[in-house]
Amino acid sequence: MIVRRLVDGVDERLDASSFIKHNLRKVFPDHWSFMLGELALYSFAMLLLTGIFLSLFFVASPAETIYQGPYAPMQGREVSLAYESVLRLSFEVRAGLVMRQTHHWAALVFVASMTAHLVRVFFTGAFRRPRELSWIIGVTLLVAGIGAGFTGYSLPDDLLSGTGLRIIDSAVLSIPVAGTWLAYLFFGGEFPAPELLSRLFVMHIFLIPAVITGLLSVHLALVWRQTHTQFRPKGTLEGTVTGTPVWPKFALKSVGLAFMTFAVLAGLGGLVQINPVWLYGPFVPYGALSPAQPDFYAGWLEGILRLWPNWELHLFGHTIGNLFLPAVVLPGIIFTGLALWPFIEARATGDTAVHHDAQRPRDEPVRSGIGAAGIAFFVLLMLAGSNDVLAKFLQVEVDSLNGVLRVLVFLMPAITGVVVWWLCRDLGARDAAPIARPARSEIRRNAAGGFDEVEDL
Amino acid sequence: MKRSERLVALAFVVAIISALALFAVYVRGGNPQAEGALLALALGGVGAGLLLWATRLMPQIRDETQPRTQATPATDADREAAAETVEAGVEEIRRRRFLARLLLGAAGALGLAALIPIRSLGRSPGDSLLRTKWTAGARLVTADGTPVTTSTLEVGSFVTVFPEGFEGSADSQAVLVSVEPGLLHLPPEWSDGAPPGLVAYSKLCTHAGCPVGLYLAATHELRCPCHQSTFDVLNGARPVYGPAPRPLPQLPIEVGDDDVLRATGEFTGPVGPSFWELA
Repeated sequence: MIVRRLVDGVDERLDASSFIKHNLRKVFPDHWSFMLGELALYSFAMLLLTGIFLSLFFVASPAETIYQGPYAPMQGREVSLAYESVLRLSFEVRAGLVMRQTHHWAALVFVASMTAHLVRVFFTGAFRRPRELSWIIGVTLLVAGIGAGFTGYSLPDDLLSGTGLRIIDSAVLSIPVAGTWLAYLFFGGEFPAPELLSRLFVMHIFLIPAVITGLLSVHLALVWRQTHTQFRPKGTLEGTVTGTPVWPKFALKSVGLAFMTFAVLAGLGGLVQINPVWLYGPFVPYGALSPAQPDFYAGWLEGILRLWPNWELHLFGHTIGNLFLPAVVLPGIIFTGLALWPFIEARATGDTAVHHDAQRPRDEPVRSGIGAAGIAFFVLLMLAGSNDVLAKFLQVEVDSLNGVLRVLVFLMPAITGVVVWWLCRDLGARDAAPIARPARSEIRRNAAGGFDEVEDL
Repeated sequence: MKRSERLVALAFVVAIISALALFAVYVRGGNPQAEGALLALALGGVGAGLLLWATRLMPQIRDETQPRTQATPATDADREAAAETVEAGVEEIRRRRFLARLLLGAAGALGLAALIPIRSLGRSPGDSLLRTKWTAGARLVTADGTPVTTSTLEVGSFVTVFPEGFEGSADSQAVLVSVEPGLLHLPPEWSDGAPPGLVAYSKLCTHAGCPVGLYLAATHELRCPCHQSTFDVLNGARPVYGPAPRPLPQLPIEVGDDDVLRATGEFTGPVGPSFWELA
């Protein structure tokens, strides 16, 4: 009765009853891999919730102070207000540390689930016409997510993050013609400029989240409007979608997944230590940690830098620094190529038709091979990004490990690509020509006393 | 040209001139009152021009009456109609070519003026990347300000040093290494800046600007923990491994009468990573 009056009231004001009816009955196809995007969405929700709490305590200031808090090893040391506020948040604010660690874990899961979601969409061809825009927005979201992560872990003003910032500053400096000016405008001046932390803070808590929220809304609206792709059940037509209506089953499942995501993130935040900045110490420009590892999503970028040869270009009295190609051009090409993939593939295959069916990886051996080669490439680069840790673990010299990695970074993608292409082709061929079921028959005695053969039961 | 058209054109011209003037005011050092007034004129010019254009120059169409809801799906005719609606509007604006161009001009001038706040974001680089805080006679001190004397340095040790008064300075940080006298093979023009068994280099890696904080005493090599660039201390910090393309600049030093080490001048080249203006 109450519901009826509620719907009546809404309908009277918004003329929405047909909209409500239509959209609450909207079906979403079900497959475990469709959960990955939702996982990213709910990690982002957790990031907003915990991030708001953190922002109320964080002080984005490089001004020096003497630490006098309860963490004994740091007492009496000169630290920045930013670093001090992170230590206060971690040791003195109730629930502060769990919030901080949950925030960091949520950031890692956010980028990881976006990546997994992208891989799923790639291998199932879900990016094809008419969903190219969703794909481009998705790639942009991934870049924004990496940017959010990087600006975030640079804020505590600890020794590890300061080194990462210095590398970014150097990468901007390497850009031809405008690099020096860009670096000075972006960071405020010569590294480390006093404006640095407040710039990063504004980017991290306002600009990038605003961009993510906006793009995310369009991304979701597009899925709603264009419907989700599906592995089409037998006996249904391509123009149809088969699945669970939003209300109530899908809604309950999705909210359930949200709470499960929150639960895992909170569990990680409370139980698994992450980014213990009090162990790294405050940032000083003349100190660096060894071995030093960035968060995983920056690992492949770090890997490119570690493997890149010591080239530098001198032109007409100017220098194009070593970092320009590996840190600016190459990532630019990678993300642009990724964003344009739907169009590249459509041009290569000539397939510009509208598709609503998800494919199995074996249906497109070439695409799957390229995708697998790409994954192998990133895995190798991530290994290269932790070559110092890896060398210690394998008990070899970093120099010789690098030599091997420089070969593998080309060899492994090639091998992986060819193997996956071959596997997909073989599996696809088997589907096309399944082994015939052996003919079965039965001998039965008939009423006349003779025998009848009853074929193929 | 009709009177109304002249008015619209005038509004756009005011916008263009104000935006350009705004740019000029900023370049000459800025003035809050002038900036605000000119920005108001520039934006107001565009706004007034658009309003006058719409009310005085566009055909007077009677208000339409439409149903409040629409439910039927689009047909080809609907698409056609949608496209035509967009095109008709564009056509109506483009019909007055001159005004449209002025409008574009105003947008461009405002765009130019919008560069102003962007310019405010950072200091001018000037020669700041080419210079550090080192001067002839500056005493070498550690991070806590203790002057470095030859008697405190053991052979095989290394210490991070700064010019006195600039402890912790990012671009002036240098690493002072003590080796067996006679091992050093520095370029002839730089060997004057190295007293027997002592040599100082910039601590900023020439690759990505990380502090070159690891010293491999056995091979006399400095190594950067970030990307493993390795520099040969005995041979002018020549890069021998890793992505660093240039040697670490050397800091010329001498031993003062009081046994305290002093710089005899700037580094032998710009410190840290490469940039466009670097020759």
